[in-house]
Amino acid sequence: MRFYEYEAREIVRRAGIPVTEFGFATTPEEAKAAAEKIDGPSVVKSQVLSGGRMKAGGVQFADTPDEAAAHTADVLKIEIGGQMPRGVLVDTKAEVEQEYYAGVVWDGTAKRPVIIFSPVGGIDIEQVAEEQPGKVGRRQISNLLPLTGFEAKEVIASTGVTGSELNKLVPIVTKLAQLFIANDMTLAEINPIGRLPDGSFIALDAHMEMENEARGRHKKLLAELGVGDDETREAREPTPFELAGEAVDSEDHRGVAGNVTEFDGNLGLVIGAGGGSLTLFDAVRAHGGKPANYCEIGGNPSVSKTCGLAKLVLQKPGVDKIAVMMSIVSNTRVDIVARGVIKACLELGMDPTEKIAIFRIPGAWEKQGFLILDAYGVEYADRSVSMHEAARRAVEKIGAGS
Amino acid sequence: MRAEGIFIAVEVEDGAGADAALAAKLTEVCPVDIFAVAGSGELELVGKNIDECVLCRLCLDVAPEGAVTIIKRYDNDSQL
Repeated sequence: MRFYEYEAREIVRRAGIPVTEFGFATTPEEAKAAAEKIDGPSVVKSQVLSGGRMKAGGVQFADTPDEAAAHTADVLKIEIGGQMPRGVLVDTKAEVEQEYYAGVVWDGTAKRPVIIFSPVGGIDIEQVAEEQPGKVGRRQISNLLPLTGFEAKEVIASTGVTGSELNKLVPIVTKLAQLFIANDMTLAEINPIGRLPDGSFIALDAHMEMENEARGRHKKLLAELGVGDDETREAREPTPFELAGEAVDSEDHRGVAGNVTEFDGNLGLVIGAGGGSLTLFDAVRAHGGKPANYCEIGGNPSVSKTCGLAKLVLQKPGVDKIAVMMSIVSNTRVDIVARGVIKACLELGMDPTEKIAIFRIPGAWEKQGFLILDAYGVEYADRSVSMHEAARRAVEKIGAGS
Repeated sequence: MRAEGIFIAVEVEDGAGADAALAAKLTEVCPVDIFAVAGSGELELVGKNIDECVLCRLCLDVAPEGAVTIIKRYDNDSQL
């Protein structure tokens, strides 16, 4: 879940990291009041969950509060990346001697947070890493053990920063890493951190993303920031196909058959089981297949719920076949899923033998499940066939891939 | 009475179906609501739920022997 910049700045401020004076405004009048508080030149920044603000005219500089109000009136009318702004951030226009980058991101492979620091800030860190790799420091940290300053110090020092600068940056980067862990963030980034003429450091911009599943743990923070329960804050709005998937999942309390994401391939996926969905989706792609969707089933959904999901996928334009695959299941019954997907085919007037490229779900009640699949002539695989091999067979059957 | 899904069929002897006490018991124990009590107190089979049968045998346990039959249509009509 992404935060708007004005919310991210507030999170940074609460963590004890110095920030410039700023205010959030939804009208020119509010912007003028915020600029008056700043008492000097200000920057008016469009608040959208999208990049490209500067290029689109969503960032304007103002010398007076009246100018800030006028810019706000203009900026609020500009659509950026398909989004109208929620408001504007009225920020202090700081005189900066040098810009730095600090970020903490979740490393999904190492399953640990990583601190990233660079003395080259204000531009994309990816660009710095490519053009000046020696200017980017990285270090994994524990998300269980308390964070100490030396970890941040090592990262910063590895980029050549020394002396007073190093000592002043360590608490900022340490607090950033602490707020990342405390708030279950997947990304916490300050870009840039500015060094002011008096030698102090200040956060000039921030970007935060919170793990969606952790929203329940941070209700107080989200309420204080004004984030509504119904705000998805995803990079894009859900498609009708994805909304239909949500409807299938919510119509019955039993198990999960949803979390659908739409893609434009021809192989429909009915997949799941404790990370199995991700593994299987990647496996299909690794074998050259083109998934029509991602989804998750698990926790023993009912026959009707599985049937509903399978029907949705089968009816998606461009889908030739579906692959029904999970890792070895213990809390989902193989026979129930088998009934659901076969029922979907039959009720849509489709031949399960033709439409189900492969059924690879070993585990609880597999004997009954395999009896059902045998009865309808559906190709299935037991646990002796790996998920990767099952994905390969599905891709081969649909006539794609290597 | 008999109700059929794609995978499962359920048969109840006529006499058992008219037994209000048994109808209430079957309705109570079935985890997927295959059985219901009609307004008259008699047993009713809920067609849309037949294929949800999880083969738990609870209905067989509370009914007199032979009163309820669960048939696996996908397994050569074998009985549970």
